[in-house]
Order: sequence, then structure tokens, then C-alpha cells
Amino acid sequence: MMDKQSASPWMRYASPATFYPLAGTLQPWFAGLAALLTLAGLWIGFFVAPTDATQGEGYRIIFVHVPASWMSMVIYCAMAFWAGIGLAFNTRLSSMMASALAPTGAMFALLSLVTGSLWGKPMWGTWWVWDARLTSELILFFLYLGFLALQAAIEDPKRADRAGAVLALVGVVNVPIIYFSVKWWNTLHQGATISMTKSPSMAMTMLWGMLLMALAFWMYSIAVALARVRNIILERERHADWVRQTLENA
Amino acid sequence: MNTILVALRRDLLLAARRRSEVVTALFFFVVVVSLFPLGIGPEPAMLRRIGPGVLWVAALLATLLGLPRLFASDHADGTLEQMALSPRPFALLVAGKIAAHWLLCGLPLVLLAPLLGLQFNLNPGELQVLMLALLLGTPVLSLIGAIGAALTLGVRGGGTLLALLVLPLYVPTLIFGAGAVEAQSAGLGSSAQLSILGALLALAVFFAPWATTAALRISIE
Amino acid sequence: MMQWNSVGEFFAMGGYAFYVWGSFGACALAMLVESLLLRQQRAELLRSLKDQHEA
Repeated sequence: MMDKQSASPWMRYASPATFYPLAGTLQPWFAGLAALLTLAGLWIGFFVAPTDATQGEGYRIIFVHVPASWMSMVIYCAMAFWAGIGLAFNTRLSSMMASALAPTGAMFALLSLVTGSLWGKPMWGTWWVWDARLTSELILFFLYLGFLALQAAIEDPKRADRAGAVLALVGVVNVPIIYFSVKWWNTLHQGATISMTKSPSMAMTMLWGMLLMALAFWMYSIAVALARVRNIILERERHADWVRQTLENA
Repeated sequence: MNTILVALRRDLLLAARRRSEVVTALFFFVVVVSLFPLGIGPEPAMLRRIGPGVLWVAALLATLLGLPRLFASDHADGTLEQMALSPRPFALLVAGKIAAHWLLCGLPLVLLAPLLGLQFNLNPGELQVLMLALLLGTPVLSLIGAIGAALTLGVRGGGTLLALLVLPLYVPTLIFGAGAVEAQSAGLGSSAQLSILGALLALAVFFAPWATTAALRISIE
Repeated sequence: MMQWNSVGEFFAMGGYAFYVWGSFGACALAMLVESLLLRQQRAELLRSLKDQHEA
């Protein structure tokens, strides 16, 4: 076990008991930030960004599609990072954090696919386009599902943490390889330039809108992860004294 | 090296006693490949186009069939724990087992595929590239698959879960493996794809046994 | 700045209403459902822990 006294003062938050109240305090702040950023992003997206020359008003879907894609990637990396820390240093809380992030990441991957589909239908006439980004996103969604399924199937929490960590680390290393191979596959078979990210020229306001929405989604993800990790902590530490104390004080 | 051979020989001997399991996977490969023309239609030009993809996907699925058994029987009789505790490096023993899996499940696919490729009207040049691509790719499938087998050892619904974990990771091998044959068909030359397959193989050989061993330790403790 | 001449135009989104509002709606719905599920999960946990400690 790690000697909490001799390590840095931040280390005390590595214990679920001390992190639980901290997460509870932080969570509403991140939720608030998410709400503010969403309002700002939506304002820019609907009232400041101009109509697109080629895609009309339909392009506005990028204000949720691209942030969702970004978040699905960012969360996967964060998940793999925390899982790796948990595996390397045997810290329960890090592994709990990884498990807390996974469902939100999977949700964003699915949203990316759904919004991508809704964007593609009016633009290219089909509900699904096998372009490099969407296809990679689909595979990322499968990677998330694998992680969630593996953790759900293993009953022992410690084994579930560590097995999930190995899977997440293997996954994160493979993601660039998968992306590169799908990109190659796509150019070979289509040759055309159907790409969901290729907007002819992005007005600054459009970029701002996407950035604000991405930050909003990021704050939301943190808020949700904090809430979920609190639930995981309660579940896993249910027999600990501090849990009883906390409930009695509530 | 010696350790690898020890594990390799042992698994081959054990498999020799259970020949039917090995052969069943091969039959599966043949049957699956035959399903596609039945489902899509026998038109020769179209079969030529889908042939490489179909053969590769069938190879992926046939490999998946043999993976749960990779560690299961040794785990059941306690041999796996013995291996983990033995003075010989566990990772090398694991590497030997994976090599045995490839010899039993992968190599037969490599040898059988050209025959099945004829059913899809692939010409000799394409069949040659197909064999070479499978020769490079099937070990990658065994190596990556071993990680999945180790992670799902003893887990409920293991086989299906294994497929879910491992199939996304198989995608690059599939893309470049089938792509190599398609490049050959298009007269473009398959050296790029085959080189990438070689690189994937090198990466897999270096990292997969290590990841598999870590996963095994997690599963058996 | 404001390129919408009327509220009706805004909701119509140049004919892309279904796709645009469908996308934003899907995201809003997903996030709402996720938050509600978390809240429900927390309530159930607290209830179950209360029972456990009273036993």
C-alpha cells in the first residue's frame, strides 16, 4: 500500500474516501460550466455562424457531430490513461475513474455516428457513408462496447479493473493503426473526396462554435464522470466505516 | 528459444490427440466461404471481386473458433498456474502456445485458401498473393487473439465476448490482407500491403506475448 | 448577425429541420437520460446502503 503521509499532499485524494466528498463538491461546478458553454456554443452555432454556401443550414449539425467525435476520442484516451495508472500503481480509484468514463465515451461515439448519419442523409443521399472518419468512429464504438462488456462479465472487481486496463491499453495503441488502415481503405475504394470533415472553407465563427460546444461536452463529461465515480465508490466501498459515517451525516 | 519450443511441442502433441477439434475449424472455414456465393449469387465477375474479402473474413472467424481453447484446458487442469510459477519465463511459454495455435489453426488456412480461391475464380497471381498475405496475417490473428483469450479466460459467455473484443483489433490485418489481393487484381502490385502486413506481424510478435502474459496473470490469480 | 427573419424560419432550418433538430435533439436526449440514470442509480445505492446499515 502507498504510504499516504510521506507522499505529496495531493496523494490523499488517491483514496476513495477522500475523493468522494471532493468529487461531490466539484461536480456542480463542472455541470454549471457545461451549461454556460452550451448556451454560448449554441448561440454562436445558431445565431452568429452564417449559412453555408454549399450545405445551407444542414451543416449546423457539425456543432454537435464534431464535438461528439472529439470527446469520444478524448475520453477513450483518458480512460486508457486512468486504467493504466490503476494497473501500474495498484490504485483502486484510478481504475474506478476509467470505469466511470467508459459509458459516457461510448455514448458520444454513438452520438457521433447518429449525427453523422443525420448529416450524411441530406448531403449524400444515404443514411450511412463508409468514409474514413465514420468507419473509424464505428470501430471505436465497438472498442468501447468490448471494454464495457468485459468489465460487466467479470465478477471480481479487481480482476475486472485490471483486465479492462489491459484491454484499454491494447485498444489505445491500436486506435492509430486502425485509423490509418481505415483511411487507406477508404481512399483506395472511393477515390472520391466524400469526407464529412472537408468543409470548403470554415468561417471563424463556425470554428468558434465547434470549439465552445466541444468544451461544453468536455465539462459535461467531467461532471458525469465525477457523479458516476461517486456511485462506483459507494458500491465498492459499501462496507467501509467512512461510508456509514457519510450516510449518517447526510 | 528452447522454452518456446518446449511449450510448442507440448501443445502440438496434445492437439494430435484431439485432431477432430483442429479439423472442425478447417471445415468451418470451408463451409463459411461457401455460404457467400449461396447468399449473394454465383456470378463469376462478382465472385472475383468479393473473393479476397470473403476468404479473409472466413479466416478471421475460423481463427476465433480455436482461440477459447488456447488457454482453457491448461487452466482447467492447473497446468497454466504451474507455467506461471515455473522458473522458465512465462512469456516464452505463452509464445510457444501461440505458435502452436498458429501451426494448428492458421497454417492450414494458408494452405487451404488457394483451393477455395479457385471457387472464386482468382487467378494464380492472386492466389499467390493471397497465400502470402495469409501467411503474414494469420500469425497476427493468433497473436492478437491470444490477448483476448487470456482476458476472457473462465468468463461467462467467453467465446462471444472474445469475438467482440478481438474483431475490431483484427480490422487492420483484414484491410491490408484483402487489400493486397485486390491490388494484385488491379495490376497495381501488392508489395505495399504485404510490407505493412509484415510490419503488423513484427509489432504483434513483440507486444502480444507480453500483453497476453499480463492478461493471463490477471485472469489466474 | 441574426440571419433568421422569423421564428418559423429558425425552426425550419432551410428545410433541414428534421436532420438538424434530430441531431441536437438526440444529443440533448442522450445527455438527459444519462444524467437521470445516474441520479436513479445513486438513489438506489443510498437506499440499499441504508437497508444494509439498518440490518
